[in-house]
Amino acid sequence: MIKFASLLLIIIGLYGILSTRNVIKILVGINVMEIGINVFIIAMGFVNDGAAPILSVDNPVNVLKFVDPVAQALVLTSIVIGLGITALGLVFARKIHKKYGTYDLSETGGES
Amino acid sequence: MKKIFAGLLAVAFGIVLLIGISLNTGLFGYNDSLPEDGAASHYISKDVNGKTDEVVFGETTGAETGSANMVTSVIANYRSFDTLGEVTVLFLAALGVSLLAGTMDKGRKRSGSGFILRTSARILFPLMLVTGIYIFTHGHLTPGGGFPGGSMIASSFLLLYLADESFRANVKGFKVAEGLAGTLYVAIGIVGLLAAGYFLVNFLPTGTVGNLLSAGIIPVVYVIIGLKVGSEITGIVADMFNEEVKA
Repeated sequence: MIKFASLLLIIIGLYGILSTRNVIKILVGINVMEIGINVFIIAMGFVNDGAAPILSVDNPVNVLKFVDPVAQALVLTSIVIGLGITALGLVFARKIHKKYGTYDLSETGGES
Repeated sequence: MKKIFAGLLAVAFGIVLLIGISLNTGLFGYNDSLPEDGAASHYISKDVNGKTDEVVFGETTGAETGSANMVTSVIANYRSFDTLGEVTVLFLAALGVSLLAGTMDKGRKRSGSGFILRTSARILFPLMLVTGIYIFTHGHLTPGGGFPGGSMIASSFLLLYLADESFRANVKGFKVAEGLAGTLYVAIGIVGLLAAGYFLVNFLPTGTVGNLLSAGIIPVVYVIIGLKVGSEITGIVADMFNEEVKA
């Protein structure tokens, strides 16, 4: 079910990227889309009644049902890469603002 | 007009994804159990290199990887090479930020902060720092690890930046720590290559599952990752604060 809810986030993010030419809003759209994709990957690793993949006092034996740890490891990677993209994009946005005095790409005098 | 077109395109994309997922239910996700022969099952039962008995928390000794947190065992042991690449990507992003921000004019006046923020930042900063260190040293036992712990350390420095307008982090020191941590990570990999024949192999004894000193190189690698990520993101924060705000 969450699998399909995450599609909604991806669509909202894509709409945010396509519908505006403001750099900051495009970055927000990218982040919303990225969260949707992360939730989708996590949802793919879900097992009914599965426990979090950590051995502890409550779940001491590894023959119990656990959810997929690989999906969570991949999402950890994806979050960190997303952070790098956002930081780099924000600095680019500041560069654009410094040069043209606006965050709107359609007012920077480039093509269209 | 542009917004209508964008909306139509996004909805069409969503419909394609929805049809793709609902037609191939077997490919996306599991229902009641992980597949017996899948990689995930082997990571959970810690028998990638051959059949083992079941692993019991606090009792089993010398298990493969020996990490109680299976996500950590995937990140810092089975797929450690992948994590090395990930850390490199983060390093490249931080390098790009400091290159771009470094060419801007330094020394803008930051707006002052209130008394409440200044006082509470002084109390919160050591607590956040210690919590971050706790999280990355216990990455093989509890949820968390090097990346969340490092981010928490960086956010404690962000709090200092927000609270004190004359605060400047020792950026050069952070750059040195970051480079040192990255070199140590590769050095551990090369020691594994020399000692056991594979790059980044877990060559230390894995100990009892659930102890703080267990899981071989996993805690070592995660402390290194925590320090590296913490100093990297603090460097990004410092670069962003030092750049000029007015055009």
